[in-house]
Amino acid sequence: MTALKFDSVRVGDELTAFTAPPISRHTLALYCGASGDHNPIHVDIDFAKQAGMDDVFAHGMLSMAYLGRLLTNWVPQQALCSYGVRFAAITHLGDAITCSGKVVEKFEQGGEKRVRLELTTANQAGDIKLKGEAVVALP
Amino acid sequence: MIDKRYIGHVLPRFSTQAEKGRLRFFAKAIGQTDRIYTDEGAARDAGHRALPVPPTFLFCLEMDAPNPSAMRDLLGIDIAKVLHGEEHFTYHKMAYAGDTLIFEPRIVDIYDKKNGALEFVVRETRVTNQDEELVAELRNITVVRHA
Repeated sequence: MTALKFDSVRVGDELTAFTAPPISRHTLALYCGASGDHNPIHVDIDFAKQAGMDDVFAHGMLSMAYLGRLLTNWVPQQALCSYGVRFAAITHLGDAITCSGKVVEKFEQGGEKRVRLELTTANQAGDIKLKGEAVVALP
Repeated sequence: MIDKRYIGHVLPRFSTQAEKGRLRFFAKAIGQTDRIYTDEGAARDAGHRALPVPPTFLFCLEMDAPNPSAMRDLLGIDIAKVLHGEEHFTYHKMAYAGDTLIFEPRIVDIYDKKNGALEFVVRETRVTNQDEELVAELRNITVVRHA
């Protein structure tokens, strides 16, 4: 990984976006087991229907983990100061989630050079699912 | 309605370990192909002392509590009505496979919108490691839908 420098980063710079494979029931089963989030609403269609949903739906934290990959593709993880998201809409089966982000601010705080990133996930129709923000420290 | 007297309530403290097998399984589940998250040699070559705990995995470890539904049980929330509203992490120190992590969650706010059709519970969790160093702070917003 080439070390990114604060001085070479500009407001408006975009992180290299990627699209995850469409969400399948298998994706959700794997995430259920690996994450320890065993809420049946994500994997058991009978439970989901009883809860008033049409079908199972993706864990919000799966998409947050995809966005986390976008961040650690851009900087080493130890550069992350903060990372947060709002789950704006439900991610459904079949959604192919595109993760994107851009630099929105450069600033100094506590003697560190930092940049603020705006992050989103969207499905194939362009519907925004997650809106997030991260702050990373750069040399 | 969720009883607002639980604002400020401290939930049970617990400790758990980040296991490397689980971290590899998590990498598979999220499509992570960067080898530093699955291969200890690659992690060390990149300057890490073990497999790193990835950015959102602290949330997963928080569900390893002896009673993962402690907050829902306390507040009488039905899991079928729960949605995840927001999740925030503030990072202070990297965590690695093999670390013992101590979680200290507490309820910091309870409020509702749309005349009670949606209720919100805000939980903040402090995470420290075996050396009593602050690793991260988590802020979770759980949404309960009544409509």
